[in-house]
Amino acid sequence: MEAWFALLVGIFFTVAVYLMLSKSIIRVLLGVAVLGNAVNLLIFTGGRLTRDVPPVIAGGVDTLGGPAANALPQALILTAIVISFSFFAFLLVLAWRAYEDLSTDNTDEMRVAEPVKEPMPPLGY
Amino acid sequence: MAVPTSSSVDLSAALVLGPTTGADWLVILPVAWCFAVGAVLVMLRRAVGLHPIIAVAGLVGLVLIDALLLGHVAAHGPETMVMGRWLPPFGIAFTVDLTGALFALVAAIVALAGGIFSLADINDSGRRYGFYPFLMLLMAGVSGAFLTGDIFNLYVWFEVLLISSFGLLVLGSEPEQIDGTVKYGFLNLVATTLFLVATGYLYAVFGTLNMADIARKAEGLRGSAPLMTLTALYVLAFGMKAAAFPVNFWLPASYHTPRVVVSALFAGLLTKVGIYALIRVMVMLFPVEREELSFVMALAGALTMIVGVLGALAQTDFRRILGYLVVSGIGSMLAGIAVGGPGGIGGAIFYALHSMLVMTGLYFAAGIAARLGGGSSIATVSGLYRKNVGFAALTLMLCFAVSGLPPFSGFWPKVMLVKAALDIGAWWLAAALLLAGFCTVIATGRLFLLAYWRDEPGAAAETVRLPPVVLVPLAGLSLLTLGIGLYPEPLLATIQSAAAGLAEPSAYLNSVFPAGGLR
Amino acid sequence: MKSVIFRTVAPFLTSLMTLFSIFVLLRGHNEPGGGFIGGLIAVSALAIYGIAHGVETVRRAIYFHPMAIAGAGLLAATVAGLISLFAHVPFMTGLWIYPSLFGVEIPLSTVMLFDTGVYLVVVGAISSVALSLEERGGE
Repeated sequence: MEAWFALLVGIFFTVAVYLMLSKSIIRVLLGVAVLGNAVNLLIFTGGRLTRDVPPVIAGGVDTLGGPAANALPQALILTAIVISFSFFAFLLVLAWRAYEDLSTDNTDEMRVAEPVKEPMPPLGY
Repeated sequence: MAVPTSSSVDLSAALVLGPTTGADWLVILPVAWCFAVGAVLVMLRRAVGLHPIIAVAGLVGLVLIDALLLGHVAAHGPETMVMGRWLPPFGIAFTVDLTGALFALVAAIVALAGGIFSLADINDSGRRYGFYPFLMLLMAGVSGAFLTGDIFNLYVWFEVLLISSFGLLVLGSEPEQIDGTVKYGFLNLVATTLFLVATGYLYAVFGTLNMADIARKAEGLRGSAPLMTLTALYVLAFGMKAAAFPVNFWLPASYHTPRVVVSALFAGLLTKVGIYALIRVMVMLFPVEREELSFVMALAGALTMIVGVLGALAQTDFRRILGYLVVSGIGSMLAGIAVGGPGGIGGAIFYALHSMLVMTGLYFAAGIAARLGGGSSIATVSGLYRKNVGFAALTLMLCFAVSGLPPFSGFWPKVMLVKAALDIGAWWLAAALLLAGFCTVIATGRLFLLAYWRDEPGAAAETVRLPPVVLVPLAGLSLLTLGIGLYPEPLLATIQSAAAGLAEPSAYLNSVFPAGGLR
Repeated sequence: MKSVIFRTVAPFLTSLMTLFSIFVLLRGHNEPGGGFIGGLIAVSALAIYGIAHGVETVRRAIYFHPMAIAGAGLLAATVAGLISLFAHVPFMTGLWIYPSLFGVEIPLSTVMLFDTGVYLVVVGAISSVALSLEERGGE
C-alpha cells in the first residue's frame, strides 16, 4: 500500500514542479497549492498506513486496548494544512494585487524592482 | 470530564510532576512576551499614537528577558521547558542552550535598534497598517526558532516569521514592493515546504521530532536509514532560507524594496535564522553527515562569498550593494559550518552574530544616506561627509566591520574561520575568505568614496534636518561592533563553549532527558 | 444581492450559524469540533450576512474591527498559557476549575480559554480578509 502512496506523492510533486516552472503567476500559485498537498500526503504516508482504530481511550480504562492508528502525523498535517491555507490566501491576494498594479501575470515582465539602465557612477575620483 | 479514572496509573514517565521554577519560565517567556505585546498592539488599532511607545518598551523588555536567559544558561547549562506538562519525546519541548540564547539576545538587540529607528521611518499610515504588531510577531517567530527544541515546532516558527515578514514587506504597497514580495514570497514558501518535506522524511525514519531524541537515535540508525538524503534536503532548505549561492536570488531581488527599517530587520534576522537552523541540524543532529557533505558545503560557501561580493561590486544602488554583502557574509558562515571543529563552528556563530549587528546598521546608514542625499544610487548621491560628519564616521566604522578589518567585530570571526580552514588544509577556502574580504573592502571603499567623500557637483548643499533619533540605533550598533572588536574575550569564550555544547550535546540531552529518560 | 428570499432568510441563517459555531467551539474539548472549525463557521455566517446586506452592515454589526477581535483572541490564547505560571506547572498545562452555578457544576479550563482565543483569531483574521475581498468584488 505504501508503494502506491509513494507513487501518488511522486505524481503530486511532478505536477507541482511542472506548474511552478510556468511563467504565469496563477499557475505558479496552483503549483504551490499542489506542492502543499503533496507534502501532506508524504507526511501521512511517512506516519505508516494502518487500518487500526483511532487512538481514543474508552471510558473506565486507563490505557489503549490494542494497536491504534498513529495520531501524530495527522496533527502535523493539520498544522501544515492551516499554514499552507493561510499562505495560499495571502499569495492569492498578492498575485491579484500584482496583476492589478503591474498589469501582468507573466513573471518575465515583473521587473519593476530591477534596475533599469542606471547611469554609470563616475569612474574616477 | 478530565478527572483521572483511577489513581493507580504511574504518570511520571509521561508528565512533569514536580513544580516548575521561575527560571524554567525564562525559556518560554521571550515568545509569550512577544505574542502578548503584539496582541495588545493589534487590539489598540485606534490608538496608533501609542504603538511606538508600547512596541519599544516591549522590545526593551525582550532584550532584558533574553539577557537574563543567556545569563541563566551560561551559569546553569541548557534549560528545558515542556509544553502542557508532557515530557519529551511526547510533548513539544523548548530547550535553550548557549547558541540559542546568544542568537536570541542579539536578535532582540537588533529588533530594539529597528524599533527605535522606526520612530522616524514609519509614518502614521504605516502604523495604521500594523507595522508594530507585525514586528512583534516577527520577533515571536524569530525567538521561537532560536529557543525551540522540536524540529516540527521549528518549522512552525519559520512560518510565523515568514507570514509576518510578508506583512512587513508589502507595507506601503508600491509596485516595486509588490514585485519584490512576489519573488520573496514564492521562493521562501518553496524553501519552507522543502523543510517540511525533510521533516516528514525525518519523522518517517525516526518516529520522533524532538531534537535531543533525534540526536540520541541517529547513531543507531546510521547504517540502515537514508540519513544522507535527509541531511542534503535540510541543507538545501536552510541554504535557500539563508540565501546561499545557487539559491540566493530572491534576496537581492527583494531586500531593497521595502521600508529601510524593514530591510534592516530582515538583513539582521531572517537569513541568520536559516544559518542557525543549519548549524543546529548539521552540527548537533547529523555530525557524521556534515562531515561527508563538507566539501559540497565549502564549495557552496566559497561561491556564495565570491558571487555575493562581485554582485556588490557591480551594483550602484546603496541598498542593493548591501543585499549582496548579506549574501557574501552567508558564504563565510557556510564555510565555517563546512570546516567544522570548534574553530569553524565557533567562527560561523561569531560571524552570524557580527553580521546581524553590522548589516542592520548598514541598512540604517543606507536609509539615513537616502534622507540626506535624496536618493539611493551612489551615482547621484554625493557629499554626505560634508553634510554630516558624525554619520559618515559611524558608517565608516560599519564598513570596516563588514570588511573584516580590525579593530571591529568582523575581524575576529574572519581570523577564526581562516585559521580553521588552514588547519584542515583547505587553503583554497581560506583564500576565498580573504579574497571576499578584500573585495568587500573595495566595494565598501567605492561606496564611501563616491557617496561620502566625493564633493557635490552642485556646490553649497542645502542642509537636511536629520531627526536625531535615527542616529541613536546606528551609533549603538556601531559602538557595539567596536566594543566587540576591542574586547572580544567574554563573547569569544561564550561562543567557544556554545560551539563545544553543539559538538558534544550531552548537556543538551541531559536537560531534555534528565537521568537518561525513556529507553 | 437583490433576491428577497435570500435577504429575508440571511439574518436568521446568520444567527443560527453563529449559535452553531459557539456550540461547535464548546463541544470541541472531548468530541469533534473546536475553535478553528467553529471560527470558520462563524466567518461563513458573517460572509452570508455580508453578501445579503452589504459589508458595511456587517462591520457595524460586529462593532469591533475584525483585526481587533483577532488581537483579543491572540491575547486570550497567550494568557491561557501563562495562567499555569501561577500554578507552578509548565506553560500551556490545562487547568480546570468547577464552579457551581445554581446547583449546576460548570467545568471551566484554560484549554477552553485557549480554544476561545483560537476561535476569535480565526473569526477576526479570516473575516477581515473575506470582508475586504467582498468590498473590492462589489465595486
